[in-house]
Amino acid sequence: MKKKKPKLAVWKFASCDGCQLSLLDCEDELLAVAGAIDIANFPEASRAIARGPYDLSLVEGSITTPHDAERIHKIRRSSKYMVTIGACATAGGIQALRNFTDVKEYASLIYANPEYISTLQNSTAIADHVPVDLELRGCPISKYQLIEVVSAYLNHRKPNLPSFSVCIECKLRGTTCVMVAHGTPCLGPVTHAGCGAICPAYNRGCYSCFGPKETVNTEALAEQLKSMGTPPADLVRMFRSFNAEALEFRQESTIHERED
Amino acid sequence: MPDDSTHGGGEHFILDGKALPDLVQSIINAGYWLIGPAVRDGAIIYDEIKSCSDLPRSMTDTQEAGTYRLQQRSDQAWFGFNTCAQSLKPFLYPPTATVCRATREKQGYSITGPTSDTTKMAFLGVRPCDLGAVLIHDRVLADGEYADESYISRRENTLLIAVNCTEAGNTCFCASMEAGPKASQGFDLAMTEIIENDDHYFVVEIGSQKGRSVVSTLSLASATKEQVLQADRRIRPAAEQMGRSLDTSGIRDVLVRNIDNVYWDSVGRRCLSCGNCTLVCPTCFCSTVQDVTDLTGAEAERIRRWDSCFNLEFSHIHGGSVRHSPKARYRQWITHKLAFWHDQFGTSGCVGCGRCITWCPVGIDITAEAHAIREHDLQAAPVKEKTEV
Ligand code: SF4
Ligand code: SF4
Ligand code: SF4
Ligand code: SF4
Repeated sequence: MKKKKPKLAVWKFASCDGCQLSLLDCEDELLAVAGAIDIANFPEASRAIARGPYDLSLVEGSITTPHDAERIHKIRRSSKYMVTIGACATAGGIQALRNFTDVKEYASLIYANPEYISTLQNSTAIADHVPVDLELRGCPISKYQLIEVVSAYLNHRKPNLPSFSVCIECKLRGTTCVMVAHGTPCLGPVTHAGCGAICPAYNRGCYSCFGPKETVNTEALAEQLKSMGTPPADLVRMFRSFNAEALEFRQESTIHERED
Repeated sequence: MPDDSTHGGGEHFILDGKALPDLVQSIINAGYWLIGPAVRDGAIIYDEIKSCSDLPRSMTDTQEAGTYRLQQRSDQAWFGFNTCAQSLKPFLYPPTATVCRATREKQGYSITGPTSDTTKMAFLGVRPCDLGAVLIHDRVLADGEYADESYISRRENTLLIAVNCTEAGNTCFCASMEAGPKASQGFDLAMTEIIENDDHYFVVEIGSQKGRSVVSTLSLASATKEQVLQADRRIRPAAEQMGRSLDTSGIRDVLVRNIDNVYWDSVGRRCLSCGNCTLVCPTCFCSTVQDVTDLTGAEAERIRRWDSCFNLEFSHIHGGSVRHSPKARYRQWITHKLAFWHDQFGTSGCVGCGRCITWCPVGIDITAEAHAIREHDLQAAPVKEKTEV
């Protein structure tokens, strides 16, 4: 008897679609993916939606509206495994910058009729609303990590998704440290691995697209950056980007905001 | 190691500074892939050398805790710089390597590998500390019951050309660790570069038959006794010039009896647990093994990848990681290097290259931390081997 193929669904919340596109970007592997699983819902690829329940749900985007705050519960109920993908889904994304301001004031500046806008004050991660089985970091996610998760799921094994620093990837790659050799501020030592340390390989500091690493020490890095001449305002900006709402980054940026 | 190198006191020859290209050519002609110092992205690293023009001639560096800067020299020295950003480790013990592959068959699966690497590699400009580290790796990786076959095959095909240090950097302390500034064993050739007025030459010491055969085609003149002494005189000041030193007397016991010292909290607060120190350390050998599969489950691969005791998963056992705090991980690193390495391998795990100091993004200094523990030593305390996290 032929085994039934597992059903995969991709769901979108407040996001730019970049992470979903990473799946489409897996051109070489896409055929194998399509052969091994039924794609039941994938808004970037097709409008057709097959009914649940779903074996594996990939969730992109953050929760920013009352409607989405309800919708995520429905999806959770119909998903055996739920994997959130990308900085929006795992930490609220760049749109979580609103969390540091008054969103109503912003809305009134941008929309002619802000009374029609139904939005929440904060942009929050999916895990703040429902239990999540696995989080895939990144802005956007790494397509290799995505394939790794699907492959691990299909082969009933644990995915290899290290949560150590970007520095480890930097050294594995043989890159010269931009912080030590050039004095370029770099967030690699506090950032979760996964991208393969792309930025230092192009002589730039890490922007922390993947958010805080395991047992992160933002304070000691911030001290060092300060002694290298990074002003508090820049420290605020560094910790307040794609993963601004991640707890440790939120705390660190708030400290330097007070200093500014 | 399967090596015929002698232990110093070998024959000495003179190689003219202008004749270095001949030596390079002779190595390449002997079928070696030549690796030596080269500038890349603002630092001197070991890389492929196709000709002498790839070498960082007239370049030097300034190293301090957490900083490295390239600089121009005023002379024409070929090897006028300090330790390279990485050691020979990425070549002799690559960051990632396939251990074996499995292919699914109709029934069961078949396994292939590991493959041995028989590339002939020659390393030019190996600093004595890095040479010492290779000898430590020989002990760790090529000795005993669980020898790494691919490391052994690589080592069987290496040619090591050391360059003794006549200047030392700010983060160097090999003299404290008795690993330099002069190479005393394990090399095929060891050179000392001498620049004096208009004279520019190398005193070349033969360390092995392999080394001898590489220079045999160059018809070099023998060095006079005076020239050999001159080379030694050039090396000696480097030992005094070192920017760091480490008091190794009883260091093992000092660290062991201070496992519970509250001082560790201080370094625990500063350390990022980023792992840079372990990955630049020429003697750190820790690796993890990962299994990966393709989507269809037809192919699987087992990969060895450098790991670090600063990673949480490194000490993950049933129920979680046993070294959760950065403080516990820093203590693991320094006690392994300077204390437990002695128990395990009979030597220190540190050759004093200073890389962990230079390349730590926040400049944590192993010599300063060892010194601080000594300062905070709870003396008379009985030797305790129990580790509490
Ligand atoms: S460049 Fe950045 S990521 Fe790379 S080792 Fe240095 S600090 Fe770490
Ligand atoms: S512990 Fe530091 S100084 Fe000692 S060998 Fe390792 S990197 Fe070099
Ligand atoms: S210091 Fe850490 S990484 Fe280095 S060899 Fe020891 S346990 Fe391994
Ligand atoms: S000592 Fe420095 S390089 Fe090593 S883990 Fe700590 S912060 Fe990173």
